[in-house]
Amino acid sequence: MTDRSTQTLSKVIPYVHTDDHGLHHLALAVEGVHCAGCIQKIETALHKETYIQHARLNFSTRRLNITWKGLPQSADQIYDILSALGYKSIPFDSLSVARHNEKEAKFLLLCLGVAGFAAGNIMLVSFALWTTDAATMGVAMRDFLHWISALIAIPAITFAGRPFFNSAWQALKSRRTNMDVPISVGLILTTSMSLFELVTHGEHTYFDSAVMLMFFLLIGRYLDYLARASARSAADDLLGMMSGTVTVLVDNQPQTILIRDIQENHVLLIAAGEYIPADGIIMAGASEMDTSLVTGESLPCAMSSGDSVASGYLNLSAPLTIRALRSPEDSQIGNMIRLMEKAEQSQARYVRIADKVARLYTPVVHFLALLAFLGWLGVGHIPWQDALLIGATVLIITCPCALALAVPVVQVLAVGTLMKRGIMVRSGDVLEKLDHIDTIIMDKTGTLTQGAPVLINHYDIPPDIFRLAASLAAHSRHPLSQALLRAYSGDLVELSVDEDPGHGLRASFNDSDLRLGRRSWVTKQILPEHPDSMEIVFSIDGNNPVIFLFRDSLREDANTVIATLKDKGYRLILLSGDRPDIVKTIARAVGIEEYEGNLSPADKYKKLESLQQQGHKVMMVGDGINDAPVLAGAEVSVSPASGIDIARNAASVVFNGSRLQPLITLIHTGRRSQAIVRQNFLMTIIYNLIAIPLALAGYVTPLIAAVAMSVSSLAVTINAFRVRGA
Amino acid sequence: MNILLFMIPLALCLGLLGLAAFIWSLKSGQYDDLDGAAQRILIEEPDNPPEEKYPPHPKND
Repeated sequence: MTDRSTQTLSKVIPYVHTDDHGLHHLALAVEGVHCAGCIQKIETALHKETYIQHARLNFSTRRLNITWKGLPQSADQIYDILSALGYKSIPFDSLSVARHNEKEAKFLLLCLGVAGFAAGNIMLVSFALWTTDAATMGVAMRDFLHWISALIAIPAITFAGRPFFNSAWQALKSRRTNMDVPISVGLILTTSMSLFELVTHGEHTYFDSAVMLMFFLLIGRYLDYLARASARSAADDLLGMMSGTVTVLVDNQPQTILIRDIQENHVLLIAAGEYIPADGIIMAGASEMDTSLVTGESLPCAMSSGDSVASGYLNLSAPLTIRALRSPEDSQIGNMIRLMEKAEQSQARYVRIADKVARLYTPVVHFLALLAFLGWLGVGHIPWQDALLIGATVLIITCPCALALAVPVVQVLAVGTLMKRGIMVRSGDVLEKLDHIDTIIMDKTGTLTQGAPVLINHYDIPPDIFRLAASLAAHSRHPLSQALLRAYSGDLVELSVDEDPGHGLRASFNDSDLRLGRRSWVTKQILPEHPDSMEIVFSIDGNNPVIFLFRDSLREDANTVIATLKDKGYRLILLSGDRPDIVKTIARAVGIEEYEGNLSPADKYKKLESLQQQGHKVMMVGDGINDAPVLAGAEVSVSPASGIDIARNAASVVFNGSRLQPLITLIHTGRRSQAIVRQNFLMTIIYNLIAIPLALAGYVTPLIAAVAMSVSSLAVTINAFRVRGA
Repeated sequence: MNILLFMIPLALCLGLLGLAAFIWSLKSGQYDDLDGAAQRILIEEPDNPPEEKYPPHPKND
């Protein structure tokens, strides 16, 4: 993508890490890896280089790890090899969030392995304990088997229970409770209770229940991680705008620095095809800027020396020299990121339904168990060991296992189902929030429309003219030129083309002057106006000009999806940064009554805030940087996979494909999963209403309690599977 | 019943062996790229594979 010839310095060398053995390591996030062929192509090409010791592409995370001997500068060659193969790659920090998450996943997996080992082996012993009693096998044998159970269970719980203990401790430290608090208390109490029984030669220990509980919960936890991780991994690594490097002139010598180190008055060299990293003023050069990411404006504008540029603009046609006015953090993109952070903080106040329940559930259960113990002791006048046993039974039977499973299992299954249909959901919370949505804000370019102009007057153009125009267009990055080229099929003429930034392209052909570009630059003749389309004009020597008309076409199913959403009673709003008349045309075409154009990102965010203050729950669908703050602030945010990295990172849902249908699927699955969650809670409540009085009355032995608990968990899990049919 | 003194430790040892194997596979990075393994099986390998230049030690990744 990057024009390497105009840029003499490396983008990747600052990311090379050299270890004690003199080996250099580099990790690159590679875009566009889809199949085994890609893996082979990349790895074979890299292994051909003699200095490369090791190159392996992780297909799950789309990350390429390379190790080589020699000079760190070889990083550039590696980057070039990938570019030559047609893969765009971005270096990333080894300290990034992604790595941290991977460590956490490994730890979870390790805990899961240990818990699985313990659960399997403890069952071996428990089988004997369950099927016979002390009268048959003798008290000594029973104690022996209890001791074996304890020997397995205690180290296993201490080791593998840590994900729950840590999370519960973190919650308690900040004076909150979450689902892990009752789980931890349950685990610890059951274990200590069993230890007491063990030492006092009691009849029952519950090490097996505790370990099984922990094993199942860990499975749920790991599934939850997998669902989230696969949605994140690609997007995480590709946030390439604020990371990455830029070339600056220091004492007229080019140097490569990290984008975040740019300061005021740095002179930046921006090649064609690169993003502007910080707000600044053009010192030399003239080029065209694609500002759509920042403003939503669909046509590029010409800029030259003296014009000011904002970060996030894409330099389309020619190299520029820019003096930075601010550091990247204070620039347009930095502001946007701050807006996003602010928006995310307001979202962080959201309390998950499971935590809401846990907040009520934990004290009630512990109070009931205490009440049972004290009641039987004080009023029932039974030995304190028996009273304690009843208290423990209450704890076990109400053990929040079913409750802890009620939400995550549904969410994991729903997220998995959506993933198979090309919809990636960041976290299960999104499904909960989807249920309350009443307003949907849409962006125009790239969301309702395909985001790329399409030639609409294909049939009015003589083939020989088309051929020459396409041959000129092949030399430009301008979106309209690209669209013209896409519409053309056939051979091209070799031309030597000059680009006149802001005006168009010109070339000499058979002694005549070919021009393709703005109408005023191409010809003096008066041409008909087409206010609702974009145009470029082609002519030979200024005569017989031909207009190429383009329109950003709607996604193919935009109309039906909007109609369905309206039928379901959602309020639809179209907000765009583009010109009001274009916004109006699109809104009319799909049937959205509320629309507004010419909005800055801050305007959009204000609009969102005012809607939220009126008590509306908002879903945002958008794809540009200008949508990012609203995406981060909305209850649910959706971005097409074609969206820019920042938007995809801000969005809670990312969908693939060129259709809008996933929106309907998402809403449908979200609602269905919440219905199932509610059923699950209802089932748990009914179970508790029956079981707790029985346990309080002392009619339930701990063994029956453990079985009942498992059955209720199973029922909840089986019910959850119905979400897949949605 | 003395057989238990033999059977239980044996069962535990087998279990521990399995656990050790699992931990080894986890540490050697076999769970890092689950999707990749499914794809790599499709890659045709040359009949005489080029010699491994050196066995890389995947540290911290």
